[in-house]
Amino acid sequence: MRALFAILLTLSLFFFASLSWAREVELVGAGATFPYPLYSKMFYSYWRATGIRVNYQPIGSGGGIRQLVNLTVDFGGSDAFMSDEALGKAPARILHIPTCLGAVVLSYNLQGNPGLKLTAEIVADIFLGKIKRWDDRRISEINPDISLPDSDIVVIHRSDGSGTTFVFTDYLAKVNSEWDEKVGRGKAVSWPVGLGAKGNPGVTGLIKHLPGALGYTELGYALLNGLPVALLSNKYGRYIEPSPVSISQAASVNLPGDTRISITNADAPLAYPMSSFTWLLLYGEQAYKKRPFERAAELVKLLWWVTHEAQKYTEPLHYGPLPEQAVMRGEMIIKSVTYDGKRILQ
Amino acid sequence: MANVFSNKARALPQAPSPLTQTAFQRILLISALVVVILVLAILLSLIISSFPSLKAFGLNFFFSTTWDPVSSRFGAVVFLAGTLLTSFLALLICLPFSLAISIFIGEYFRERILSSLLKQVTELLAGIPSVIYGFWGLFVLVPIVRNLEMKLGVLPYGVGILSASVVLSVMIVPYAASIGREVIALVPSDLKEAGYSLGATRQEVVTKIILPYARSGILAGILLALGRALGETMAVTMVIGNSNIIPRGIFSPGNTMASVIANEFTEATGALYLSSLIEIGLLLFIVEVIINLIGRYVIKRVTVEV
Repeated sequence: MRALFAILLTLSLFFFASLSWAREVELVGAGATFPYPLYSKMFYSYWRATGIRVNYQPIGSGGGIRQLVNLTVDFGGSDAFMSDEALGKAPARILHIPTCLGAVVLSYNLQGNPGLKLTAEIVADIFLGKIKRWDDRRISEINPDISLPDSDIVVIHRSDGSGTTFVFTDYLAKVNSEWDEKVGRGKAVSWPVGLGAKGNPGVTGLIKHLPGALGYTELGYALLNGLPVALLSNKYGRYIEPSPVSISQAASVNLPGDTRISITNADAPLAYPMSSFTWLLLYGEQAYKKRPFERAAELVKLLWWVTHEAQKYTEPLHYGPLPEQAVMRGEMIIKSVTYDGKRILQ
Repeated sequence: MANVFSNKARALPQAPSPLTQTAFQRILLISALVVVILVLAILLSLIISSFPSLKAFGLNFFFSTTWDPVSSRFGAVVFLAGTLLTSFLALLICLPFSLAISIFIGEYFRERILSSLLKQVTELLAGIPSVIYGFWGLFVLVPIVRNLEMKLGVLPYGVGILSASVVLSVMIVPYAASIGREVIALVPSDLKEAGYSLGATRQEVVTKIILPYARSGILAGILLALGRALGETMAVTMVIGNSNIIPRGIFSPGNTMASVIANEFTEATGALYLSSLIEIGLLLFIVEVIINLIGRYVIKRVTVEV
């Protein structure tokens, strides 16, 4: 008898506990790893401030889009905007909300960590395998102050598909026609030379341990690992150091209404050329799969917060804050989100 | 109430009724069938999911060295070569060590503290997560290989086929060794005693009686180890260099089937890309089956009938 009573008591406890959990909304997202350090900081702060939990799984942009299309998450995250073709295949209209800017940087392992300058042509030729050695005339010409070793350049790239690779190859394809023809742009490409490493940590790890290595990685990871970062010449021929300010400068160009734009090699004098937006994706019409209105409203509130108050978290983590124009475009898009045909934010 | 129940349960240790016997048999049968069905289902879903790629590339998939996600042209030769090369090289490296451990523990020092210590440590190797092996490879082994490469005058990458094979060989030693030890310990003592009584030395008994008798079991252990090596992902991907080229030597970087799947699956956009990765999975499945069949045939051939 007593045992039966105990079982009933536990069951009822579970029942009531789950009831009280159900009242609390937990938003679920999945996608890009590139902004993950920032998102985890943002979503933790959001939980502390509002009590709303946001569960973001950094499974990669492709996975995030796939999960959004399969309706298993509330929002997706992606470093590359969805193509018109991909948007056409989705079950409903998908919106892109820019959340921050990130930079892909070139890190290297040279004795004494000298400050290196590179141009788009040199980077493309190194990654095409045409410039093979550090003491190549073209590199030493623009770096007269440093003594470059007479050793091979060990090219490091990502082995896994990634938004970082997309930004890097997109930039090279824009500035170098040979790269565009031979390799092209994509989250994974057929690399002419070099070693692959998994993830930003893998690339930084390999650069750190391989003398003569040169690779691309996300700015935050390079700085976190104490790796030197090369200055890169932009469209105006200036050598720009990647920083939150110079990254945000890249977004000072005219943005389209849906914010789907590649801002590599941006047409701005002080812009760092390998910059990119990263986006959160959601459906324009939120009343799908019997989702309660509450959930949709919380999602919209979260996105508003991410594009406004939460921008203060970007710079300490080496991401570029959204410039004013991008925030305004984001506002327009967030305001256009509907539930059953009615706008959620008035 | 509770007391009554426990007394009853303690009272009679009954023989199981015929009914529970058949139920027991059924449970065994169902459990066994579930495994078989699972394997067949995996094969079937692999075939179905890789259909777009099979249709697009046909047999060319198995002969093409191109792996270009941008222009959607895919071929598996590079990864097949990397997998086979690293696995067999690992096996070659692991063989003398695992054989020595099996003989040492199985025959020479069966009861001593040293042998039990050795046994525990080898088995411990099997329990270490592969990512740990990967890091060990990256931070300890790769610098050593790089020094070696510098002395030999080849490009000092450090990562590559050799590093991957050495890491793999350490990982598979416990599989080969533990089965080897079991079968060596199972060699009938009358056979060994007969050898000694004819004046054979211990070494002669080991090489002429124990090893021939146990060789099918030792081979089975090696086969299990090879299966493990073929499918290993994480540790390999961390030290192989992930270059999609056919390795030109043991110092060259390369890539394996399991590694490319793990690397590219999450971001594989496009149906053909995804399907090609799954076809690589299918190919890995087929390679494992073929090697198992060959192994089975070899084991049958070398089994000693007494």
